[in-house]
Amino acid sequence: MNARGAFAIFHNELLRFFRTAFGSIVSPVLTTSLYFIVFGAAMGSQIKEINGVPYGAFIVPGLLMLTLLSESTSNASFGIYMPRFTGAIYELLSAPVGVAETLLGFVGAAAMKSLIIAGIILLTALLFVDYTIAHPVYAVGYVILVAAAFSLFGFILGIWADGFERLQIVPMLILTPLTFLGGTFYSIEMLSEPWRTVAQFNPIFYLINGLRWTFTGASDVPIGLALTATLGFVTLCIAVIAFIFRTGWRLRG
Amino acid sequence: MDNPILDIRNLSKTYKGGTTALAGVDLQIRKGEIFALLGPNGAGKTTLIGAVCGLLRPSSGTIEAFGKDAMRQWRDVRRRIGLVPQELAFDMFAQVDHSVQYSQGLFGSARNDAHIEEVLRSLSLWDKRTAKIRELSGGMKRRVMIAKALSHDPELLFLDEPTAGVDVELRRDMWRQIGTLRDRGTTIILTTHYIEEAQEMADRVGVINKGRLLLVDEKAAIMAKLGSTEARVSLSQAVDIIPPALAAYPLSLENGGRTLVYRGGDGTGKGKREVAELVRALVTQGIAFEGIETRESSLEDIFVDLVERGEVPA
Repeated sequence: MNARGAFAIFHNELLRFFRTAFGSIVSPVLTTSLYFIVFGAAMGSQIKEINGVPYGAFIVPGLLMLTLLSESTSNASFGIYMPRFTGAIYELLSAPVGVAETLLGFVGAAAMKSLIIAGIILLTALLFVDYTIAHPVYAVGYVILVAAAFSLFGFILGIWADGFERLQIVPMLILTPLTFLGGTFYSIEMLSEPWRTVAQFNPIFYLINGLRWTFTGASDVPIGLALTATLGFVTLCIAVIAFIFRTGWRLRG
Repeated sequence: MDNPILDIRNLSKTYKGGTTALAGVDLQIRKGEIFALLGPNGAGKTTLIGAVCGLLRPSSGTIEAFGKDAMRQWRDVRRRIGLVPQELAFDMFAQVDHSVQYSQGLFGSARNDAHIEEVLRSLSLWDKRTAKIRELSGGMKRRVMIAKALSHDPELLFLDEPTAGVDVELRRDMWRQIGTLRDRGTTIILTTHYIEEAQEMADRVGVINKGRLLLVDEKAAIMAKLGSTEARVSLSQAVDIIPPALAAYPLSLENGGRTLVYRGGDGTGKGKREVAELVRALVTQGIAFEGIETRESSLEDIFVDLVERGEVPA
């Protein structure tokens, strides 16, 4: 294990983040603030409560998840795609670093970046709604787990992509729609059939409800199921990345 | 060769498309030498370097570096190797010193600012250490690539076309720096299109074409074996035959007997000596001449000849 190599990647990625900190932080904060204004303030006045939770507070975990998923995925995918695009990947491939160091560096930094932004979003949310966190320790753990899971996913995406368009397609056409349809702004109980059943095939639905449970103590699915689904996703991503490194797919000729 | 620093045996690489980039290459590199790998575009030079450095997976063959299997003990091997690729490839928005620090850490070295300062100063980059790489000139960017490769003080350094696209002054400057590295004990393998570069710097030269090593030898030995001298003597009056007193020299007549042509020598100075003797013989024999043009064959002539014929001369 080359711990210095892993730290070098991690540090380099964070330096890149802080070079563009203004855009990296302002954009998600502004977007999330608009969601709170539109959905929390405008629609919230009509909906009042869901499962005994004020609507504004109800959407906090969903919006946090929306940010976590998009930031983790894009941070990690850009992190590994840019050296592939510029050719700087040669240095990584010729260095004494393997799967473990690469993941700790790239995925760790991507997750850290999205956690920083998630923290800022939570603070921003306080400006718009009153919310409490029912299980703060679980909430922190769950947020870290989701950030790591989607940073792993983003890493795979960054290796799979052969152009900037592909890099954008998955977050834009799959992740964001699934997040919106996964109960960010509503409870599954509010849907009629067959959409209620269809929604249960959406993996993001379990993530959002898992996080919602840590915030409100109530959710549409048992926390155990949400946690199992998330851990399963992490395991799958790590297996895919191990396969990529073993075969050199899209990395080594 | 005893205890080579790099020992490549029967190395082959065929890409998925079916292109064979390397076909059974055997190569041993001595510790402390500068080895120049010459070859036209697509000859397999970069593929060979890529296979040793871990950028691609060989189809067959073995690579040992520092006595260790480069495939199995890749961590130990890679931390002792530096690579300067042909293309300028880095995060253009990074600061010079940050980029070099990153490379140092990536290769497992503890942060050593003194070493980084030494490297940056030796490459005349110290004053630019806080500049963003994209603000630097092309030559400076290439120096940053070298600084990154030297950041972990490698024992074996690969330079893939190190002076491609740089001006003559900078090229000479880089040759001096490469010479300094050799003096410090670093083994250097360089690929180049500039034959002059190999002629100037290399201890040994390898010629590769179509994935096969055509020749590996000491530069001096290659020049001795394949080098030659050509002298063209413009005679004042045309002659019908080569004067018998000059029969010992490899001479021919051209230009209707007005030009006496000497083609001989072996790249070790023998040709020059024989041309001097020939001139004295012409004076002694009273054969008047108006001028002499002499030309030594260069490594480039030998290289072109080898690549065109595709075989090693006996």
